[in-house]
Amino acid sequence: MPLVLERRPERSATIAIASPLIAIALTLVTMAVLFAILGKNPVEALDVYFLEPLTDPYSLGEIAVKATPLVMIAIGLSFCYIANIWNIGAEGQFIAGAVAGSWLAVRTNGTDAGHWVLPAMLVLGAIGGALYALIPAICKVRFGASEILTSLMLVYVANFGMDYLVRGPWRDPHGMNFPTTAEFDPVATVPTLIEGGRLHAGAIIALIVVMAAAVLLGRTIMGFEIRLVGAAPRAARFSGFNADKLTLFTFAVSGALAGLAGIIEVAGPVGHLQPDISPGYGFTAIIVAFLGRLNPVGILIAGLFLALTFIGGENAEIAIKVPLDLTKVFQGILLFYVLACDSMIVYRVRLIPTLRKPAHGNV
Amino acid sequence: MKKWNIVAVAAVLALATATFGASYAAEKLKIGFIYTGPIGDLGWSYQHDVGRKAMEKALAGKVETTYLENVPEGPDAERSIEQLARTGHKLIFTTSFGFMEPTLKVAAKYPNVFFEHATGFKRAKNVSTYAARFYEGRYIQGQIAAKMSKSGIIGYIVSFPIPEVISNINATMLGAQSVNPNIKVKIIWVNSWFDPGKEADAAKALIDQGADILTQHTDSPAATQVAEQRGVHSFGESSDMIKFGPKAQLTADTDYWGDYYTKRAQAVLDGKWASEDTWGGIDSGMVVMSPYTNMPDDVKKMAMDTQAAIKSGALHPFKCPITDQDGKTVECKGGDHLDPGQILSMNFYVKGIDDKIPGK
Amino acid sequence: MEMFEAIMLSVIAASTPLLLAAAGELVVERSGVLNLGIEGMMIMGAACAFAGTYLSGSVVIGALCGVAAGIAMSAIFAIFALSLAVNQVASGLALTILGTGLSGLIGAGFVGQRIVPAAQLHLPVLTDLPLVGRILFGQDAFVYLSVALVIGIWLFLYRTRAGLVLRAVGDNHTSAHALGYPVLKIRMLAVLFGGACAGLAGAFLPLAYTPFFIPGMTAGRGWIALALVVFASWRPGRLVGGAYLFGAVSILQLHAQALGLGIPSQLMSSLPYLATVIVLVLISRTRGMAGSAAPASLGMVFVPDR
Repeated sequence: MPLVLERRPERSATIAIASPLIAIALTLVTMAVLFAILGKNPVEALDVYFLEPLTDPYSLGEIAVKATPLVMIAIGLSFCYIANIWNIGAEGQFIAGAVAGSWLAVRTNGTDAGHWVLPAMLVLGAIGGALYALIPAICKVRFGASEILTSLMLVYVANFGMDYLVRGPWRDPHGMNFPTTAEFDPVATVPTLIEGGRLHAGAIIALIVVMAAAVLLGRTIMGFEIRLVGAAPRAARFSGFNADKLTLFTFAVSGALAGLAGIIEVAGPVGHLQPDISPGYGFTAIIVAFLGRLNPVGILIAGLFLALTFIGGENAEIAIKVPLDLTKVFQGILLFYVLACDSMIVYRVRLIPTLRKPAHGNV
Repeated sequence: MKKWNIVAVAAVLALATATFGASYAAEKLKIGFIYTGPIGDLGWSYQHDVGRKAMEKALAGKVETTYLENVPEGPDAERSIEQLARTGHKLIFTTSFGFMEPTLKVAAKYPNVFFEHATGFKRAKNVSTYAARFYEGRYIQGQIAAKMSKSGIIGYIVSFPIPEVISNINATMLGAQSVNPNIKVKIIWVNSWFDPGKEADAAKALIDQGADILTQHTDSPAATQVAEQRGVHSFGESSDMIKFGPKAQLTADTDYWGDYYTKRAQAVLDGKWASEDTWGGIDSGMVVMSPYTNMPDDVKKMAMDTQAAIKSGALHPFKCPITDQDGKTVECKGGDHLDPGQILSMNFYVKGIDDKIPGK
Repeated sequence: MEMFEAIMLSVIAASTPLLLAAAGELVVERSGVLNLGIEGMMIMGAACAFAGTYLSGSVVIGALCGVAAGIAMSAIFAIFALSLAVNQVASGLALTILGTGLSGLIGAGFVGQRIVPAAQLHLPVLTDLPLVGRILFGQDAFVYLSVALVIGIWLFLYRTRAGLVLRAVGDNHTSAHALGYPVLKIRMLAVLFGGACAGLAGAFLPLAYTPFFIPGMTAGRGWIALALVVFASWRPGRLVGGAYLFGAVSILQLHAQALGLGIPSQLMSSLPYLATVIVLVLISRTRGMAGSAAPASLGMVFVPDR
């Protein structure tokens, strides 16, 4: 092959900084071409997608609402991914947390419970998500089963489980037999921050999570362990760090954050438990984690940016009749470019004349 | 001088009135539609879109419509609805039960926008509800099924055990039992409104277990297509599926929303819109039976007679006494038939159904 | 006994796309690459295959379009994951998202259209044999192709030199490179082959299974195919068993419902997925912690030193 990858003598600092910008620029160019192919004015389309949502407070609030669960889940995933542990089941952990927290809301619904309900729900949500995440973790640690597949399969199971609860035991008795729980009481609802908008306290919790993660990953032994296991697994083993405990820990943290995001979303924007509570947050968060380069602040920015593309995509659907699938195409392309540009930090591309290597090496 | 002034002023006034009048006349009513599925589902969302287009045609020049498809019923729905309200749409149709709470929340914030929620039960000053009495069509289908079935087993493919689905199963059975008291039904829940692969598999399983008439409360033509392949009969659902089953389809109970949408849009244009609850059936043209095909003439006549009887009110599919599957007689709150509230919250099977409602 | 034949026919139809996609991924993973983008490649295969058949009137052309789409998508993955040494898990996920979105755009214009589905074989005496006639001699080309594919892959991996080299690359890419084998080129060919299979698997859905196109019609089959490869311990023979087992579970749960067995439908629907987890645990247990049946270099980035 005429193109060859060569390891740089040291990581390129310029590219490390420029990489996300180059990736975004490349994506915008590709998107402009796609818009043109679809017969839309590229400049207008890009404006509707990226700039318009930033110009009014309602959209900004919605971006924050959408970004909140994404950022929380992605932070949790970054713990796993840094250590090369591939938790793909965040969506299932999100649902497990939503279910666990909703249990309390349903139990106390209509009774005059106090303000302890909401905090208790959040704690339950985190625990629920953590426990659910420990299933694939234990399968990996005890039995060596691939966590990618077990965590993924459990997403489907979680969905069906919640479906059963909402259509059966937890169904609102005054809801004409439709499959939702009763609307959560005010004490069981996440408070909004702004009159008339949907921006809610969950956003603040997400910010706290970002800061806590930055501290934990950057300044604690546990954080160091996680980063070492990812970068140099053998060195980590020789240092005496226990890989199994790490797997359990990172999965539990990841599950807890996903579960917390789940109960916040249900007790906030949705307001009750129903069969459809997530438009794939658990999977989109994986993109956010990689876009943010597994760094807490990066994830915050990536989460906001991706939320912007969702809102922009919906606006584009109304304003210029562009199909919503385009948003997915955009996200996929963006992820590819970001990954490629990041690779350029460590490697560089060289063109060489084609060399033929014999099948049997003549050393 | 003065004369010219008057002429000038008159000219300006005339021009202004003409412009203002023209722009007023040119300002169209913006109407938004939110669909939960793709308009290509050839089922539920497709029919709403058919209604939208019919309304656009009937009120050509006076309305402008926008539609959003594939809107999931979760937290994103509220934003989609609100976006329509924010971008100047004055009448918004939300076409699925799951949009109920989001519709109410947005309606509370935009008191000058009118909302119409399909198949819901909560209203507000600016929120109406509307639904169709599909069970009327089901009763007719049940009768046809009992006449046409040689095995005496109807195969029913359903999505989720909500009251509308349950009442439709019951109506089908009551219709069938009026012809053949020993008719049986086999039910498969595919847990989705729209999953052609699963629906096709369910159809095959039902046929393999002896059903020779298929009916469904899901949105794709997969079952009809399987029926065609296997040489059994089927009923289309929500829209006419004859082109997928030219020899299989007996009829389809289709939803027709065009007249209702036109009526409501006209009400907004006239300034006379008010919150209502509409439940239309065969009589008001909301439920339309597709042409009766692939059946002998006597069955066709029976179906048309029943249709006429339902339309005139002479026959009510849920006429009392009705016995549930535990043998108890159901309380009759509507005189000689169940009242709308009972039908809208139906949570029991009638006698003759050997299955159990999931989650009960 | 007719019921048995009928159920088997449904099971075969349900299992074929799983087998086709998993067979391709098996080759890919044996060469040491983990491509999580099967779902994206399959749905693109479905969209392009339907479009191709609708526009040309021929199932064969449609199937070729589906295969081409799968190859094209896998080529994108290959460029990023192999040439540019990008993380394979992330690339695979990006491919899935991209494929899902693109297929929606391409397929949008074809939703609601009809085509004539793939024909089924009919041999004079054989197809009419009781019980086994239609099962063995009455299938469409995709089913026979899937069986031929598995046999071909088995022969390739275990009876040819090229297959031996591919397995060597998957087990230890450093040694293979030292011996002079073109590791990246072999992996690239494997990835493209996997893409072709995934595209064909996707094509099966709208061309034979349910003859129309719906966005997202793969409904997660790509992920099950991934699980199947692990379930089969990366061996072609076991793959057939696994695919048919999963096909059977998904069909039998519908029959159980129709029989009125009274088990919650959500539990039934989740059975294939639960079964996968249990099976994964069981087979990993027998391998123990130290050894694993997986190719040792699976998923690891390879950049040749110069």
